[in-house]
Amino acid sequence: MHGRPRKAPKPEDEAASSAKAQKLRALQTQFFSFHHNKIYTKEAVELSAKLLEINPESYTAWNYRKLAVEHYLNLPDCNPDSIKSVLDDELRVVENALRQNFKSYGAWHHRKWVLSKGHSLIDNELRLLDKFQKADSRNFHAWNYRRFVAESMKRSEQDELKYTEDMIYANFSNYSAWHNRSVLLSALFDKKAEGFLLKEKVLPEEYEFIHQAIFTDPDDQSGWFYHLWLLDQTVTTDSPLLASSWPGHGSDVLLVGDRCYNGSAFSPFSALHSDSGSFPIVLYFNQPVRGVNSSTVTVECGFNKNEDLLWKPLSASNSQTARVWVAHLKVSSSDLHSTVEVSVGHTKGIISTRGFEYSHPSMLSFKVHVQPMERDSSQVSVAESISLREENFKVYGKQSEESIIDSFDQLIIKNGHETTASNWRFEALAKEIECFRELLSLVDCKIGKLTLARLLKAYDAMSYPFANKLVHSEEVLELYSDLMKLDRTHYQFYKDERSIVLLQKVTSSKGSLLQHCFQYKDSVSSAICGPICLRLNNLSLSRMGAFEKLLWVQMLDLSHNELQSIEGLEAMQLLSCLSLRNNKLRSLTALEPLRKLKLLRILDISYNQIGDHSIDTTRYVCSSPLSHSVGSELNRDETVTSDVALINNWEAFYIFKDFNLNQLDIVGNTIADEKFKSVLVKIMPKLKQLDGKLLD
Amino acid sequence: MDDIPPYPPIDPTTFDLIVIGTGLPESIIAAAASTASKSVLHLDPNPFYGSHFSSLPLADFPSFLSSHSTSPSPPRSPSSDDPNEFSLLEFATRPLYSSIDISTFSPNLLDQHSRKFNLDVAGPRVLFCADKSIELLLRTGTNQYMEFKSVDATFVGDNKGNLWSVPDSRAATFKDKSLGLVEKNKLMRFFKLVQGHLAGEQDVKISEEDLQSPFVDFLNKMGLPPKIKSFILYAIAMADYDQEDTGVCRDLLKTKDGIDQLALYNASIGRFQNASGAFLYPIYGQGELSQAFCRRAAVKGCLYVLRMPVTALLVDKDTGCYKGVRLASGQDIFSQKLILDPTFKVTLPLGSSPPLPLKEKLPFFSLKDDKGKIARGICITKTSLKPDISNFLVVYPSRSLFPEQVTSIRFLQIASNLAVCLPGMFVLYISALCNDDDQGKKLIHAVMNTLLTVPLDSESNAAVQSETAEIGSAVQDETSESSSGGPSDSGEEKPTLLWSALYSQELTLGQVDFICSTPMPDGKLNYNDLIDTTFKIFQEIYPEEEFFPETSLENPEVDGDASPET
Repeated sequence: MHGRPRKAPKPEDEAASSAKAQKLRALQTQFFSFHHNKIYTKEAVELSAKLLEINPESYTAWNYRKLAVEHYLNLPDCNPDSIKSVLDDELRVVENALRQNFKSYGAWHHRKWVLSKGHSLIDNELRLLDKFQKADSRNFHAWNYRRFVAESMKRSEQDELKYTEDMIYANFSNYSAWHNRSVLLSALFDKKAEGFLLKEKVLPEEYEFIHQAIFTDPDDQSGWFYHLWLLDQTVTTDSPLLASSWPGHGSDVLLVGDRCYNGSAFSPFSALHSDSGSFPIVLYFNQPVRGVNSSTVTVECGFNKNEDLLWKPLSASNSQTARVWVAHLKVSSSDLHSTVEVSVGHTKGIISTRGFEYSHPSMLSFKVHVQPMERDSSQVSVAESISLREENFKVYGKQSEESIIDSFDQLIIKNGHETTASNWRFEALAKEIECFRELLSLVDCKIGKLTLARLLKAYDAMSYPFANKLVHSEEVLELYSDLMKLDRTHYQFYKDERSIVLLQKVTSSKGSLLQHCFQYKDSVSSAICGPICLRLNNLSLSRMGAFEKLLWVQMLDLSHNELQSIEGLEAMQLLSCLSLRNNKLRSLTALEPLRKLKLLRILDISYNQIGDHSIDTTRYVCSSPLSHSVGSELNRDETVTSDVALINNWEAFYIFKDFNLNQLDIVGNTIADEKFKSVLVKIMPKLKQLDGKLLD
Repeated sequence: MDDIPPYPPIDPTTFDLIVIGTGLPESIIAAAASTASKSVLHLDPNPFYGSHFSSLPLADFPSFLSSHSTSPSPPRSPSSDDPNEFSLLEFATRPLYSSIDISTFSPNLLDQHSRKFNLDVAGPRVLFCADKSIELLLRTGTNQYMEFKSVDATFVGDNKGNLWSVPDSRAATFKDKSLGLVEKNKLMRFFKLVQGHLAGEQDVKISEEDLQSPFVDFLNKMGLPPKIKSFILYAIAMADYDQEDTGVCRDLLKTKDGIDQLALYNASIGRFQNASGAFLYPIYGQGELSQAFCRRAAVKGCLYVLRMPVTALLVDKDTGCYKGVRLASGQDIFSQKLILDPTFKVTLPLGSSPPLPLKEKLPFFSLKDDKGKIARGICITKTSLKPDISNFLVVYPSRSLFPEQVTSIRFLQIASNLAVCLPGMFVLYISALCNDDDQGKKLIHAVMNTLLTVPLDSESNAAVQSETAEIGSAVQDETSESSSGGPSDSGEEKPTLLWSALYSQELTLGQVDFICSTPMPDGKLNYNDLIDTTFKIFQEIYPEEEFFPETSLENPEVDGDASPET
């Protein structure tokens, strides 16, 4: 069924097909009249069968037959024999239709429906399937139906697994068979079936199996997909873990009314300027979870239990599942020094998307020191403009390095309890790495390189907590650079992957991170110690990553990169100053993650490509919040919705209305004409400075 | 041959062509000539079709071999007593088989069912699904007289009795348990290279220089490990001689020929949907092929007379030209042309000048009977050598069994589902090229000793036909039966030998002298070379005629018919 070239129809074929069309049309007219008049005589039903034999795609005819079956089954003289004959008839019609086109959705669906009516001859179905799967072993309809039949028959997963094996042996270039294998194994793992209790026992055999396919024909992609699934099974721990948090465990948090502070004993990673008297607590999990709330995560501040603390998920899609969760903790101004204890998961309820419970309760504790606001300096900060330009930075001072080094370890959480359980994962990965190095020594193959890069990355990520460095990052970077050259069609994908690896490398050690830490030279107040500015400029990043290590960042310079998206940036809750100058952002909606950054005051998106492309596809994905009565929050300001300029720029309104920006640079984007700027000023009345110009 | 029932005289007495012997080449020529509207008389002294290509019942097998093993009777002087204008040249028989060694270990069992066996005289032999014999069968419609089954697998054997499956396709390579990952990769890349080359892809063209070099050098150049090289050379390209020892190798394969062999093999796999392997085997044995072509010839008007020996050649007294033959019945039959089975040769009387109308023809026919011998062996067992499959081929590459082994040994196991033996039994055909009988015997014994249990207290009779049924071997039969148990669950148990026949066969080639004679079965696994020779002989006698013209096709849609039934 695959790889057959299309042939241009010959004249006689065309004549035949037009004759067929005519016959079909006549049948259809007659059929519709039966259908509309609810005629279910034998003759009428026969007619629909004829129609379906010619055109199995006729959904209406299938539905008509369903009605006819219901009609017959509800007849008063209905008995088991007549039921059987009615249902047998249906199966026969479906079989004939499938012979005509065995990729007909309608036909397969009808068959399922018939069986759901309690037809007892389900054993026959496997025989039928064997026939169809022999004719086209990759037909996913047949495989889908097979899963349905196997389940209805209560056929064991082991038997079905054996079947996939046979099919794979017959021809291993079979996505459907490999896929079904992964489905069956997942089910067996979930069930903890006999022999499938320990992944470390099963997965090596599966790796062995897939190696045969990959080495035999590295160009065949079906096997690689299965390998990717195996890799995921190897790398992903079942139960979610807490990867990092802000504030870190054992850290000291200094809350000041101003950016400046004098306490040199404090880590620059945990000093925070806060006008609201509250600060965020950010929990970063290793996989998306749901169920983070005040009962699963308790926060004790001094002797106060904060039972009404509201945990919010930070994710692009407003789902209740996210990797990053945030809550804002209010500090009472009377308590200048207090200890906060956050315990995660002591009560059950945090559950990963795959349904696994967070099962390693952990406790974070940190100290909070409050430094009262100084009125005069806060005055200064209002008037001052911050410009993230080269001349305003100096290398992060030697005197402060100590404190960075001390607190670097607090950035991530080491999950020691995983060590012993993970040994087999290490071994499996090490074996795979060796295997694919060997493959690459034999053939130059793109997907082999990609897989090796993925394996090395996974290995590094797994060993990082113990090794404290990413041993293979150089090699991985090189592999991706190679792939970018070899495979131009997927250039962007490789570049994105490479960017993330690069960021992980930068954040992997104190030394490398320090190279990107700068001190903002405050031109107005000559404070000794401002917050650190993390400068990741000029790295040709196309994507952001390594957020778990960057939760502490308040000033971030991402200028002169190639970012098209800033997905994930919402995790950086402390950001107050962000430069995205000179990137490749193409739409306002790409800024969506920033809406969740409540502390963001200064934003530079100048010299991007916003408005370059007349069609912003995201515009059609989400409907305008202004044209409908969606989002009641929008309606609090009725005057907005009546403003024509705003309605025409609803993306701008949608993105910027929640910003608390003081300062915005948007110059150098096609969209940023004077009219648009005036709209922005209208949307953000608190804005003090736009493109370097002070506003009234 | 003395008790030939009297035949009515053959009428007419003049034909375009007389063919003596119903071996495959003779049968094909008879069919081709009949198709070309020639009048053909096809004679065979035997009561069955196939001559040296026949499949025989167990009891008839030894007598057939021995009847062709005696040295020629000294030619009597030409009988000049003939009243006609012809001189008579008497036929002599060539000794074609030697060193015949028949052993029976279970006489009761076998003798009662002799007719249930169809043993190939020229085994082991198969048809590649894409080879010339299949093309010929399809083109001539002869396939309608036959049924085939697939030979399911090919193995390479070693001296420890292991049989390694030959990774001859993508699926087989994937499935193979004995090859390492790197080996699999190298092998598949080599296959892809060959496929690309054959498909004419520009970037994977194999250079002319490489094509002319020895295949083994090319395989080395491709970096293939020894194991894979051996698979390709001996189990796919079916090389006969040690390719890595140019001293003993009489038939060094060139890359070009090696690639052609791979192409044939590759085209054979999957050609017919219901044939899983590359080879086919005819139900009822290889003898069916000859018989099918005879039927084909008969349909076209060829006249058949079996059990009709010929005694002498009739030549013109003056010119010495061929005129006809004298039958054992005494009748003289005349024809333009004559094709002779290799059994017969005509010895010219001393002093007479040879009549030479064809003498100086065609260099390829100048090859004489000096091409050595082929040792063949047939074994019957009650258990399969492989528990899970019954029809398969095994190749023992040179030096795999003992250091002095210079030629490949091939053997084919065929089960009762091909109607060659009693249900539950298996026939093993073994062959190897050799220089002399002793060497041949050693080669065949090496395989038998590696794979089979030969009962010790048996009646081995090196003479012709062993009639040893009366010995109390029923008891022994019982024990051998119980010891072999069920189809070897241990897998270690070697099948026990029930019957065996070992013999050496002369590799007589077809020749065109002043008469044409057809070749003996060759040492190849299939019929490709034999069909080539047959075609050339046909061209020689009928240079104007087309060899089975395309128009002679009676049933145009035959593709599916050639495939086996199950």
